[in-house]
Amino acid sequence: MTNNSSEREGTKSRLLVYRCENGHLNYPAHPSCTTCGSELRESVDITTKSGEVVTWTRATTTPPGVREPNTLAIVEFSVDGETVRILGGVVDDVAVGDSVEPVFVEQLRDPEEAIRHTDSQSWSGFRFQRVESEN
Amino acid sequence: MDVAVIGASMTQFGSHDTWIRELLVDAAEDCLAAAGVERTAVEHLYVSNMASGEFEGQTGIMNALAQDIGVLPAYTQRVGQTSASGGAGLLAAWQSIAAGASDMTLLVGGEKMTHLSTGESADIISSITHPVEYSHGVTLPTFAGLAARAYLNETDATRESLAHVSVKNHANGAKNPYAQFRKEIDVETVLSSPVVADPLRLYDYCPVTDGAAALLFCPVDIARQYTDEFVRVAGVAGATDTHVVHERPDPTWMTAVEESGTKLFERTGYGPEDIDIAELHDMVSLLEPLQLEAFGFAERGEGWRWAVEKRTTPDGELPVNLSGGLKARGHPLGGTGVAQAVELYWQLLGQAGERQVDAERGLCCNVGGFGNCVTSAIFEVGA
Repeated sequence: MTNNSSEREGTKSRLLVYRCENGHLNYPAHPSCTTCGSELRESVDITTKSGEVVTWTRATTTPPGVREPNTLAIVEFSVDGETVRILGGVVDDVAVGDSVEPVFVEQLRDPEEAIRHTDSQSWSGFRFQRVESEN
Repeated sequence: MDVAVIGASMTQFGSHDTWIRELLVDAAEDCLAAAGVERTAVEHLYVSNMASGEFEGQTGIMNALAQDIGVLPAYTQRVGQTSASGGAGLLAAWQSIAAGASDMTLLVGGEKMTHLSTGESADIISSITHPVEYSHGVTLPTFAGLAARAYLNETDATRESLAHVSVKNHANGAKNPYAQFRKEIDVETVLSSPVVADPLRLYDYCPVTDGAAALLFCPVDIARQYTDEFVRVAGVAGATDTHVVHERPDPTWMTAVEESGTKLFERTGYGPEDIDIAELHDMVSLLEPLQLEAFGFAERGEGWRWAVEKRTTPDGELPVNLSGGLKARGHPLGGTGVAQAVELYWQLLGQAGERQVDAERGLCCNVGGFGNCVTSAIFEVGA
């Protein structure tokens, strides 16, 4: 690949979780597996998978540069019998047990308004949207 | 070496015009005066504080305080462990005496917060989170909302049951002259207050607070040279949970509180049944029942019943947060863990005024993040 920029863009818009040598899934990546301490061996792309809402809240007072209200959920994904949980914003509303899918958002909050240094982290990521039931 | 506490003090908690340096000086000087100890006797000075640099642009406050109160050339160190900095200060101060490194250690904890807006303050505190959390605008109150919904779903607890924690702590705070809020409220006050992080409301949460508190530690044999009335540190123990909150298997279980408690009970030889009073970290109403469960006072999923059944009121079997807790006394981040132990000191020595109960042994628990960093301690009447 000669175009590094587009390669980065491609990676950024995929939701990746990380599998250790014993099969545990991690999100985010850590220097070693949170469950067993072994090495994280590979990434698993869950961008097109759906997960289940474990719990959610709607915050009505938010920090500068954050949408208001800000509905957040912890979502559990299952991959080959292992589960992994991810915190993210919610598009519209959800209930516990709802099936949701990741939706890429270029800028989750305004980094210029945040106390954290703009260059120290990524400001894009995935929110979760309810998957409409087919029946 | 057995460690004693021979002095305690705190400033009025609330909204102050003074800045962090003055708050710390006020608490420190009151503590030395209360103990009747000369400043020249202080060998170690620990300052518990989360974020004076972020809140007001003043760093190096331990050095400033050492000069301001005239304890030079005593060793000094700032203790930072987010909102558990005060608890971490208890461990540092105890350790300095127990190890024989100091014969007189002053611990001062405090924070100056109210000059910033709620949103600015929330951003400073939420800067403890991992980038994948911070990018979504998560705050500590929203973690509590996520945990509360899970708790209400998975246990028999009702939304109203959590309000009883705030009602009790306000009633206690009404009797504490140092408390930020000295006003009784009822369940309806909580349930009709504005939503902060659904299902939790304004009156479930502690306020932002300016204030400082201090304690003076020394070996028991030196304590006896100063006074017949002192408190003994039975034990201190800390534990840590994941930095990333969603990686915990159960959002309603405070593993670091459980681990801290297990170590504390092992070290002291005491169990939950030996504790007469407790100061728990009620940053939000939900956290009080969760800590009752994690320490083993209550069964898992049953902690919410204790406030409802008035088992934690001043005349109940385990009075909790006689000071008013974080909810009513206030929560100046780095000051809270020290203020919790100050309340135990006053209660154990019969100096708690209108809110005095009969107690020989008390437990305090200071929590940083949403259960991320925890220090708990047991104090008892010295002999």
